[in-house]
Amino acid sequence: MSRIYTIKNKLVESRLFLNRIIAAFIVILLLTSGLVVRLVYLQIVGHEHYTTLAKDNSIKIEPLVPTRGIIYDRHGKVLADNTQSFSLELIPEQIIDLDDTLLRLQKLLDISDEKIDQFQKQRKRQKRFASTPLLMSMSDEEIAKFAVARPYFPGVDIQARLVRHYPYTDLASHVVGYVGRINEAEMKSLPIAEYRGSSHVGKIGIENTYETELHGKTGYAEIETNVQGRAINTVNSVPPVPGENLYLTLDIDLQKTAYDALDTFNGAVVAIEIKTGGVLVFTSRPGFDPNPFVIGISNDAYQALQTSDNQPLYNRALRGLYPPGSTLKPFIGLAGLEYNAISAEHKAFCPGYYQLPNVSHHYRDWKRGGHGSVNMTEAITQSCDVYFYSLALTLGIDRMHNFLHHFGFGEKSGIDLVGEKQGLLPSREWKRNRRNQAWYPGETLITGIGQGFLQVSPIQLARATATLANKGKVVTPFLVKKSAIPEDSLSPQEDLNLNPENINSIISAMINVIHDPHGTAKSIGKDIDYQIAGKTGTAQVFNIKQDAKYNENDINFKLRDHALFISFAPADDPKIAVAVIVENGGHGGSVAAPIAGKVIKQFLGSNHEN
Amino acid sequence: MKTETRSEQFHPPSVIGNILRKLHIDIPLFIGLFLISLLSFIILYSASSQDMDVLMRQAARVGLAFFLMTILAHVDPYQFKRYSALLFGLGLLLLVAVLILGQFGKGAQRWLDLGFFRFQPSEMIKITTPMMVAWYLAEHALPPKPKQLLIAGILIIIPTLLIAKQPDLGTSLLVASSGAGVLFFAGLSWRFILAITATLTGMTPILWHFMRTYQRDRVLTFLNPEADPLGRGYHIIQSKIAIGSGGIYGKGWLGSTQSELDFLPESSTDFIFAVFAEEFGLFGCVGLLVLYLLIISRCLYIASQAQDTYSRLLASSLAFTFFVYVFVNIGMVIGVLPVVGVPLPLISYGGTSIVTLLSGFGILMSIHTHKKFLPH
Repeated sequence: MSRIYTIKNKLVESRLFLNRIIAAFIVILLLTSGLVVRLVYLQIVGHEHYTTLAKDNSIKIEPLVPTRGIIYDRHGKVLADNTQSFSLELIPEQIIDLDDTLLRLQKLLDISDEKIDQFQKQRKRQKRFASTPLLMSMSDEEIAKFAVARPYFPGVDIQARLVRHYPYTDLASHVVGYVGRINEAEMKSLPIAEYRGSSHVGKIGIENTYETELHGKTGYAEIETNVQGRAINTVNSVPPVPGENLYLTLDIDLQKTAYDALDTFNGAVVAIEIKTGGVLVFTSRPGFDPNPFVIGISNDAYQALQTSDNQPLYNRALRGLYPPGSTLKPFIGLAGLEYNAISAEHKAFCPGYYQLPNVSHHYRDWKRGGHGSVNMTEAITQSCDVYFYSLALTLGIDRMHNFLHHFGFGEKSGIDLVGEKQGLLPSREWKRNRRNQAWYPGETLITGIGQGFLQVSPIQLARATATLANKGKVVTPFLVKKSAIPEDSLSPQEDLNLNPENINSIISAMINVIHDPHGTAKSIGKDIDYQIAGKTGTAQVFNIKQDAKYNENDINFKLRDHALFISFAPADDPKIAVAVIVENGGHGGSVAAPIAGKVIKQFLGSNHEN
Repeated sequence: MKTETRSEQFHPPSVIGNILRKLHIDIPLFIGLFLISLLSFIILYSASSQDMDVLMRQAARVGLAFFLMTILAHVDPYQFKRYSALLFGLGLLLLVAVLILGQFGKGAQRWLDLGFFRFQPSEMIKITTPMMVAWYLAEHALPPKPKQLLIAGILIIIPTLLIAKQPDLGTSLLVASSGAGVLFFAGLSWRFILAITATLTGMTPILWHFMRTYQRDRVLTFLNPEADPLGRGYHIIQSKIAIGSGGIYGKGWLGSTQSELDFLPESSTDFIFAVFAEEFGLFGCVGLLVLYLLIISRCLYIASQAQDTYSRLLASSLAFTFFVYVFVNIGMVIGVLPVVGVPLPLISYGGTSIVTLLSGFGILMSIHTHKKFLPH
């Protein structure tokens, strides 16, 4: 029975299946007819419409490239703008023998092989009918030469384009940055629609951080063209929205003063307006000329920049990491007062070296023979190392780490530039995780005078100084003014709630650094009607052997100490905070402090006039 | 039966026919596939701006695919049935492997690098999913009971979701439809089909929620391509211009201005139909659709002649999936479906889909040429 049932079932199954095949076929026929109906609609009913769009008068959708926003300094001086420039451009599609044309152009205008290579690379990435530049920013002579020979070069023409221009060249290169040709990686990550027609994109600096604002919004025009592709009529267009103009907090004249003051040294100067956090000076010397990057820097020139000993492409103010040296002492001193680890009047005896209990090692003071008996003020004024060795040991690394962290050491300052380095504020935990080692007391000592593992960037140091000058209200540096927001409605600053008495005693010690006869930076305190508070620092680049005598002149220049200086002024109502780092500059007091002095005097001098 | 024997005696088969028969090749199907591949080269030559390199690379892939088809045609369909579950399991494992490896790589990862070539498990799944579902349903009496439906549903959803996660919406759609095809041919009740359709429509907002931004953009663009003419609507606008300007007779071979002038992006891959329509016009398009229909009809005929449930279900589902391929691609190019990454089968440039498609046809040929007893 069951077998019969199965057979019958098979028959039912077969019939069911055949029905389904027929049903499927009908569905397929119906859907295909649907496609045909749509095709008839497009190709017969809409034919004329689409033919107008495509064939005789094809509508091209042309992107309308917005002009890039201009970058100004705080007084409206132009840091980056767009200038007219003439370039020699080729349309590969219209050239019969491209190789021959290139060869003849090369002879005519003396074009380097490298430029030809660059052109070939770019050509392959572009459409055959797109105009591709071979020579950018042509000189008048080149334009004249080509103009005469033009009839012999079909498909080659001179085009006027807007090219980004940086009038201050190396002075602001590390702040403003530059734009360059969009490379393949960027082409993938950028929004295609917005960049159809744009050739450049911000690579570093403000140009990079504020790319979206500066670039603007691409518009488009539907252009009717004839058979030759010549535009005859604009059917419809959506105009581009030009990029926003940016106003920086930077003062380019002050920047120039700082840059010139660094003279032949490599180094960085950062100045912050304390009330707002606006960055007034952001100098990294040497800078570089960003203009060649815009038109495509030659390989040789780029290699030269890359391999130069002075590393001009290296943004020291943002990415340079240095031991803060003695500039850390005011912060350590303040930590001692805040934690009640020491009183301001407490005196310590400095014999010129410090010893940990039961350890023979001498932690030496910079002054052989020592400073004698000193209190906090004297220790900061004379930069006594032994006093701070002792204080560091009392505080311990945990409290130091905790306190310094509040001032932004070991974390990015948050300035609106890409690529900032975090620096390093060591802690027990860090050493265990990174080095798998316990923390040693000796390391606490040298951290107390800003040596050892500790690494800070100039912008961090300037920020910490501004926060100190601001009486513990944390300053966050920025470069671009948000023009819509009045300056007094800036985001509320985090307050560290420090004891005003403690701050005042540290500040008065820092005033003594400049205005006391024993001060390490007394040279800059003359001829001014206000007071500057500051602290010098000298950061060791290499370790001196125990008891070895050393003479600065004997040491290879590259191994000479870095000179540092932090300061703010006027001391009673601080307006500007300045951090200076001079690589291999030697002493902070004699090399770094005068640079800060020039910046402060110029800033406050012009402000007084206002 | 007697007439057939006689006809063989009076009209001895040609030499080529004889060889093809020994190769287990189904001649009508083979001719259809051959013609369409030929057409593919003709369009590709034009769509790629007469790039011989593209043609040579494609020729190598098509050759390999035809070779693989012949080999599969040789395999007894019983073997496919026997290894269905195993192959399906292997495919799933590879899919998971790709997903895990993808976690380490950047963005979408769809293939495994085997050194000498890149293997896409999702392609294999396109065939093993209908195999698995057909095998499972053939074990039971048809039409399937609710319990079997549930299990079959799970078997389809797992690979579909895994591929959708890659993310590859087009392929996951094809896998889902190949499984659904099996269910349909197995006799899923019409009422149930209606219910599922209604539920899916109701679930659209939920689906929307799970879609990635770019997938949502595609749907929005489909609904209103003119909203973003420089960006995402660009494809569809340009494709419609190309097709519409082709008219009834087309602009002739190599006469396409839209792809020549590079207005039409992806002209040799997903959007190749637009180039075809521009050059060969409505006549060409209808001709191409007829050619596709002939191939599909032959496949459905093969399915109807198949002798066991497994073969029927598998053959009919493969035929149906082939149609879905054609429909989805042409539908998106002419602007009636949203853009999903599905190539025009056997014509678009690109190797993996051709190898999978011809493998499917190999299985169909195997089913047709391995009959255990003669048809009545």
